[in-house]
Amino acid sequence: MIRLSEHLPIIQVLVPLFGAILTAFARRGTTAWAIAATASVLAPFVSAAMLWTVFETGRPISYVMGSWAAPWGIEYRVDLLNGFVLLLVSVIGVATISYARKSVAAEIDAHKQAWFYTMYLLCLTGLLGIAVTGDAFNAFVFLEVSSLATYVLIGLGRHRRALLAAYQYLIMGTIGATFYIIGVGLLYVVTGTLNFADLADRLGPAMDTQARPILAALAFMTVGICLKLALFPLHAWLPNAYAYAPSFATAFLAGTATKVAVYLLMRIFFSVFAIAIPASALPVTEVIVILSVAAMFIASFSAIFEENAKRMLAYSSVAQIGYITLGIGLANQLGLSASLIHVFNHALMKTALFFALGAIVYRTGLVNISQLSGIGRRMPLTIAAFVVAGLGIIGVPGTAGFISKWYLAMAAIDKGWWWMVFLIVASSLLAVVYVGKFIEVAYFREPGPDVAEAHEPPISMLLPLLALAFATVYFGIDTRLTTSVAEAAASALLGGAR
Amino acid sequence: MSQLTPLIDHFNYFTTIFLMVAGLYIVIARGNMIKKLVGLGLFQTSVYLLYLTPGKIVEGTAPIIDPRFQVYSNPLPHVLILTAIVVGVATLALGLALVVRISEEYGTIEEDEIFARGEDE
Repeated sequence: MIRLSEHLPIIQVLVPLFGAILTAFARRGTTAWAIAATASVLAPFVSAAMLWTVFETGRPISYVMGSWAAPWGIEYRVDLLNGFVLLLVSVIGVATISYARKSVAAEIDAHKQAWFYTMYLLCLTGLLGIAVTGDAFNAFVFLEVSSLATYVLIGLGRHRRALLAAYQYLIMGTIGATFYIIGVGLLYVVTGTLNFADLADRLGPAMDTQARPILAALAFMTVGICLKLALFPLHAWLPNAYAYAPSFATAFLAGTATKVAVYLLMRIFFSVFAIAIPASALPVTEVIVILSVAAMFIASFSAIFEENAKRMLAYSSVAQIGYITLGIGLANQLGLSASLIHVFNHALMKTALFFALGAIVYRTGLVNISQLSGIGRRMPLTIAAFVVAGLGIIGVPGTAGFISKWYLAMAAIDKGWWWMVFLIVASSLLAVVYVGKFIEVAYFREPGPDVAEAHEPPISMLLPLLALAFATVYFGIDTRLTTSVAEAAASALLGGAR
Repeated sequence: MSQLTPLIDHFNYFTTIFLMVAGLYIVIARGNMIKKLVGLGLFQTSVYLLYLTPGKIVEGTAPIIDPRFQVYSNPLPHVLILTAIVVGVATLALGLALVVRISEEYGTIEEDEIFARGEDE
């Protein structure tokens, strides 16, 4: 008799993977949706059980694949950091899959729906896989599984520009993944191991004699992962990809894909390199701080001048990723906590915003802000949820976004960079402009002829939207889950640094 | 001849770097979408070489345990690259499929011709 609880790490990945195989055989979209929904609903239970175990015992879960012990075989390792990320990804998965049925039925041709859900499940498999694995090469394979599925999800958008967006993302994404794998290759040549923990142990001694390939590996991996997480100025693929992908795919990817890449960056920086080599060896964190600040301002300005609402939110995502990487660049306890908290909060808020836009597209087919005048009177609940999540993006006290920015400001002060606090506040004011632009059009203008027929979306789309909007407020007031887990995970990440 | 020895000793690595840079250059410099994918393929292939080269040990045999041999080549890079090749094939296939669809929709696969139309929605 196999005890299931021992095999949770692999179950986490296998459930969506087998779900994908089943949906590939399904003919009708509804059948495929039911399978995808079952697999998605199981996932958060698995990740919550693992996170709880890690939190209670204080020790990471190590799962040995095929009974080959750690440095030789592939190890799945769940600690607080990736347990948190797993829970986030799977919760967003549940929210989006309940939203998906009506949205996908409206936007995807009937004969493609089953394949669409297959791609969604493969993407989920890949993202969960990156988070759960403790092996650098295995992470690459999962990265490509999720990326390839993502290209298809984007390419199935209605507008023909979706194909171009998918193609451009394919080129950029493959270059990013290849840069990552070049870095892994260099590390393997130097140390002879691919296991993250083992790499951390062996890099230190190797640093004395072979510093150059190790630093080259760090540079390659940083650039590669930053391409995937769309750090400015490597974000060029993201606005079009988000703007032309089907609404469901945009909401899912905005909440998960970049977040998992952020996790991988943290893992590489703090669990592998920070242990082995002195921070002064290569000015990576300094470069990341500069690029993050650039992202916060330049992407926010792009969002202000953007007419297409989906693309406006996509630029906003690039800016918000700037806050997340800023926390990584600060590289102190509070900064890492801020990053993790914002990964969580931003995923909730941005998914809610894209849900609201998806609902508008479902009812009206419009995405240009100027055409949406008065939409707030036709779809009051949807737009109210949009406003709540938008306030979260700005960082208004009482919303989740405030908590992350508060931590980020504290981290900057802790580092002695008081001027950084002004930059954080100033860039948040830019968010006021672009969120405010939407609110002005939605509430303070007479409903135009384009939105005359619009009304609230079906309950299956409205409920996940309202739930996420509620979560935005809830995690702005009751911060026990996010801050305690994030602070403990940040301590564990930095605890390794000697 | 002595100046050439480092070149000959590291012949595989120089080839790798040449292929890597050439592939990346094609991706950036070419506007034709098929040519971009060719460059991308070249770029990925160079990484296979980067992995495989250190796997070969001088005098080493195939890694099958046998009392007659003491030195074995490292099999792990080959296994890793087998996986990477599959990933590369899948990426290329998906990329080509996308180019076919783009060609159907736009009637061209030149990036500058598509962007010149400047359609905004």
